[in-house]
Amino acid sequence: MIFHPPILALIAASLISSLVLAGAGLFAVRLLRHWDPASGAERQIELERITTLVSTVVAFVLVVEAASLVLFAFNADRMAPLFVGAMCAVGSLNASVWGFPTLWAKIVVFFAAFVWLAVDRVDGRTRDWALIRPKYAGLLVLAPLVFAEGALELAYFLDLKADTITSCCGKLFGEDKPNLGGDLAALDPFQAMGLLAGGLALAIGLGVVAARGRLLAALHGVVSLAVFGLALAAIVSAIAPYVYEQPHHHCPFCILKREYGHVGFALYVPLFVATGAGLASALLVPFEGRIDGAVATAARRGLTRTAVVGHLLFAVVAVVLVMRSGLTLTP
Amino acid sequence: MRATFERRRHLLDFAVRSLARRPTKNLGLVAVYALVVFVVGSVMLYGAAIRREAAAMLASGPELTAQAMTMGRHEMSRSADVAALKGLRGARRIEPRLWGYLWDSAGAANYTVMVPTASDTAHALAKGEAIVGEGVARARKLAPGKMLFLVSPSGKFLKTRVKAILSAESALVSSDLVLVEEGDFRAFFELPADAWTDIAITVTNPREVTTVAEKAGLKLPGHRFVSRADMSRSAEALFSWREGLTLALLAGALLAFAILAFDKASGLSAEEKREIGILKAIGWESRDVIAVKLAEGGLISGLAFLLGVIGAWTHVFFFSAGLFEPVLKGWATLYPRFPLAPTLDALEMATLAMLTVLPYMAAILVPVWRTASADPDAVMR
Repeated sequence: MIFHPPILALIAASLISSLVLAGAGLFAVRLLRHWDPASGAERQIELERITTLVSTVVAFVLVVEAASLVLFAFNADRMAPLFVGAMCAVGSLNASVWGFPTLWAKIVVFFAAFVWLAVDRVDGRTRDWALIRPKYAGLLVLAPLVFAEGALELAYFLDLKADTITSCCGKLFGEDKPNLGGDLAALDPFQAMGLLAGGLALAIGLGVVAARGRLLAALHGVVSLAVFGLALAAIVSAIAPYVYEQPHHHCPFCILKREYGHVGFALYVPLFVATGAGLASALLVPFEGRIDGAVATAARRGLTRTAVVGHLLFAVVAVVLVMRSGLTLTP
Repeated sequence: MRATFERRRHLLDFAVRSLARRPTKNLGLVAVYALVVFVVGSVMLYGAAIRREAAAMLASGPELTAQAMTMGRHEMSRSADVAALKGLRGARRIEPRLWGYLWDSAGAANYTVMVPTASDTAHALAKGEAIVGEGVARARKLAPGKMLFLVSPSGKFLKTRVKAILSAESALVSSDLVLVEEGDFRAFFELPADAWTDIAITVTNPREVTTVAEKAGLKLPGHRFVSRADMSRSAEALFSWREGLTLALLAGALLAFAILAFDKASGLSAEEKREIGILKAIGWESRDVIAVKLAEGGLISGLAFLLGVIGAWTHVFFFSAGLFEPVLKGWATLYPRFPLAPTLDALEMATLAMLTVLPYMAAILVPVWRTASADPDAVMR
């Protein structure tokens, strides 16, 4: 293991998140077994009191997980000089078989926690704990995800050894490489940008009208998830080369580097928030029958508005990066 | 949107006033908290600064160094070895180097005695001249023009006049350095004319270092080739390890601090309890009380973090981190005194926040909730 301060901080954060969610998970089991809003028993009152704590601590875990996702990517980039052949985060993540699975797990946890918190907020606004059961059933899904992410992260850090020979981003995101990264890099940049523009237009359009109906909100969620994929593909195939001003440099991680003004964060943060908000508004749809119509509409409006703003910001940043670039790609 | 913002603003306003009502308790907490941030921050800022210094220092070295090996031990290279490497493709310059260590009983320190390479015209020396590092000058009270006398282990005497003192910029490597002329060096250490300590190879294209090393290895199978990247990796790993180890040792202090925070947040005064009771009686919900209490925690964290970071930054960059220097830098008699370039890095700050603010906020969550969810009637009574 490499004894690096950010690694210690990330492990500590995972440990705290896991401990907090272990406690919350145990409580969720108790709540799902004994919850009875009609009862005035002491146990029911205690359960009601503790739900406030659980909401607070899971919100805390979300903040920690979001920060840890950013720190993890940032730190992977900084560790690159320790590995032979690594130029950026890709090399560090490739230095162990657990690297990329940890990153994906962190992304999944981020979205899962985002959705859970959205449901929790809506539940907090209802008078009769209408969403309490689905919310705590969801917590029993979220908690194992956080444990798994923590375990993967620990396995990754324990497996890291300085001087490991790894491959740089050119190897993973080379146009002729037979893997997903290679396929994305080999995508026609105009096609990728066209698809992204179409997807974003659709997502923003649906976001604007999503408050009007449940079906539209559900569709908006599906499109948001699709836009997330399209955006990652467009970053690899077109936006990143525009940032580097090199047609064959496709790495989606180097844009996080200082050399490029950390512009990657300006792209990824709104994209992640928009996707999380889109997913949350769609996942609320099945439960809307249980809650007050005004609360449901307000929640949907808030989430879709966040998604629209996120998508718009992402689009603006992407356009600015392409316009500002000295690279000209021709069809 | 506006209503949400206004609500948050009022809650924050309430939190500030609430903190101001109990200045002694809160200032005490801020002081301890800031001290924790200061200690952890000093270790991190110093570790990062020293890694940067090492990287900057290695950046000017040759891409490859060849050392002759006999039975796994370092051996002197011969002029024939240097000749064998001549014409190596990809190598811009191949220069044999002469350097060695000398225990100086007068200064009670180890010096690195070296001959400037042929390409290093800035430090070219005539017979009887020397250029010394900042640490040597300090230990022997030298100034340009003064005489420096060295005695070899076999009793040979070298008398040189100090031509210049090396700048403190690269002090981490040059502090204990004594540069002398080749003839003086060979006579002093009784070295044959064709012996060299090692061979420095400058490679034109940094991507070809491995290939050049492989090709050179075929020509000189008895040599080992160390690349600059290897050395910078070792330095990075070593300093990171020291920094990490020191931080791990500080984990106990962090835990103690988290316990203190938990205790402080749990132990409410009668007045505070009454205040919360009144708030709940007039219609505040538990969530609002939690929001205010967390805002208080956030304000305390923000203030303590700011104070701690300013303190650590001043300590490291203006006082050379006097408290942790020996642990992180390593120890030697002639350790350099060098000013570190003041920087503030986002990753370091994020890590520091995660190591200090996170345990604090985690520690106050449960007490805050317990306070907020208490029955107004029970707390006021």
